[in-house]
Amino acid sequence: MKKITIALLILCLTPFGVSASESGMPLDRAPVDITDNASLKRGAESFVNYCLTCHGASYMRYNRHRDIGFTNEEILNKLVFTGQKVGDLMQSAMRKKEGEEWFGVVPPDLSVIARARGADWLYTYLRAFYRDDATHTGWNNLVFDRVAMPHVLYQLQGEQKLIVKISDKGEQKSLALAKPGQLNAADFDKFVGDLVNYLVYLGEPHANTRKKLGIEVMIFLLGMLVLSYALKKEYWKDIH
Amino acid sequence: MSNLFNSMIAWIDKRFPLTSNWKAHLSEYYAPKNFNFWYFFGSLALLVLVNQLLTGIFLTMNYKPDASQAFASVEYIMRDVDYGWLIRYMHSTGASMFFVVVYLHMFRGMMYGSYRKPRELLWLIGMVIFFVLMSLAFTGYILPWGQMSYWGAQVIVSMFGAIPSVGEILQQWLLGDFTLSDAALNRFFAYHVVTLPLVLLVLVFVHILALHETGSNNPDGIEIKENKNPATGIPVDGIPFHPYYTVKDIVGVVVFLIVFCGIIFFAPEMGGYFLEYNNFIPANTLQTPDHIAPVWYFTPYYSMLRAVTVNFLGIDAKLWGVILMAGSVVIFCFLPWLDRSPVKSIRYKGPYFKVALTLFVISFFVLGWLGTKSPTPLYTLLAQIFTVIYFAFFILMPWYSKIDKTKPEPKRLKE
Repeated sequence: MKKITIALLILCLTPFGVSASESGMPLDRAPVDITDNASLKRGAESFVNYCLTCHGASYMRYNRHRDIGFTNEEILNKLVFTGQKVGDLMQSAMRKKEGEEWFGVVPPDLSVIARARGADWLYTYLRAFYRDDATHTGWNNLVFDRVAMPHVLYQLQGEQKLIVKISDKGEQKSLALAKPGQLNAADFDKFVGDLVNYLVYLGEPHANTRKKLGIEVMIFLLGMLVLSYALKKEYWKDIH
Repeated sequence: MSNLFNSMIAWIDKRFPLTSNWKAHLSEYYAPKNFNFWYFFGSLALLVLVNQLLTGIFLTMNYKPDASQAFASVEYIMRDVDYGWLIRYMHSTGASMFFVVVYLHMFRGMMYGSYRKPRELLWLIGMVIFFVLMSLAFTGYILPWGQMSYWGAQVIVSMFGAIPSVGEILQQWLLGDFTLSDAALNRFFAYHVVTLPLVLLVLVFVHILALHETGSNNPDGIEIKENKNPATGIPVDGIPFHPYYTVKDIVGVVVFLIVFCGIIFFAPEMGGYFLEYNNFIPANTLQTPDHIAPVWYFTPYYSMLRAVTVNFLGIDAKLWGVILMAGSVVIFCFLPWLDRSPVKSIRYKGPYFKVALTLFVISFFVLGWLGTKSPTPLYTLLAQIFTVIYFAFFILMPWYSKIDKTKPEPKRLKE
């Protein structure tokens, strides 16, 4: 405990290494619109196909997707692959122990990943994988150096390679497509955009309800303001 | 109908002092008639307290104080409990807004000298309320068991370990374990939902009793009780709290709710200040986050904790940090005796006080901002400078408040 104490206090006093999100790589703006159900539905299908194998979204229930326009039947046909029921939580198909054996870390649960990382980070990260034979997956990432996750979407995006330019400003890293994938760049961006949009929705499924209710509450409160101010004025007439 | 009502009241009055208390604390409690903007925050603090109590009760119904289930149970509330997201945001936003209104409430007291005689005890009770509030915020922040909950708590708890000789034992006693674990989560939950709210409620009640004994101060800082109508015995500059201030406070409440609901419905994370991004990652005891920052309302003190980097006077830097951090909060308690000015209100105080208070506010904000950042040599230097200014405001007050050129106080309220 004493060691932890000292380590922590030292930690408070020293500048930290730059974190992945602050790696200097400018983040691209994710096209987020959680009112766009078509995009969310595409994102949801991509999510269960590409992400849910290793990652869980274990705070989310399948049947919540009725909110974005799926029917129970569609949910069972398009989203549930593991024989689960429609009201079940979206658990990963992979066991934690296997994840640790295969990747060195348990792939994190993605339920609230968009709230922790931010949409722009996810959007940039998912498009910033490149070939790197020095890592044990054969992949590396510009915004998350030596990430344990391999490039799951490489069949769609193709293979990127790293280009390092050295100028007076220092090293400048960029990526170029070395082998094309099934999708062209614009379609791949759209694919990832839908996926990230879905991740944002997944982080807070009630966000649309929240904003809608918020407007009604505000209208009510503004009305209350007028009434309460009038009441106050009426009473205070005889003071001033 | 009104006969029935009157006889009911009469029945109660014979058995319980209802009418007499109504009169003493509301309809015949005379408050100065010149309360301004700054006088809304007392009643607003009460409103936020009620909000925290009510939403807290509903959160407890679904929250699980268990290290392996806590994070998931919060997400369960956010997703599967009907309007759970609303209750949770009301509670998390309420926590931050509690500090907003209490800081403004305290600042009002500092501007108008509300801590001065005869309200020293009122101020001290208020300070104890503030300490309890800080404990509530700390114990509450641990409960979601996210990364910031865990590591923020580690930093705070490790401060107890810095106390010489008894520190380590004290730390273990607090945690109920050698490290921060399920045992600590359970006891902090107990403090957060039972012990501290009970203490807070009693203290708030006592605070209001003490206030109604001395009567409210006001922006002019003069005592309205010294100028009573000889015929009625009522202060000439006083007005009954009810209905005048009840209807006025309702306007304050509605304006506050517009801000409060604006945050809840449109920006519940408040850009990472009210709900920190890292706290959406479940606590991982093996992975220290790159950057540990407390929630905004603790950042000024956190800056001071980090500000001391060298050992001096035979005390090591770490312990100095803890002393400064504790001192920066406790020192408010001495204000009634540090202020030697002949007048109470900033309206009649001289330039020294005005400059000192301005510098104090600036240092509070700068320290708060620095507390959210990773330290660099420049930031650490800034934290040191502003820590000195922060403390100088208090320590030098007996001198500058005494030699300051004050204006004469009026005999009656100006507005």
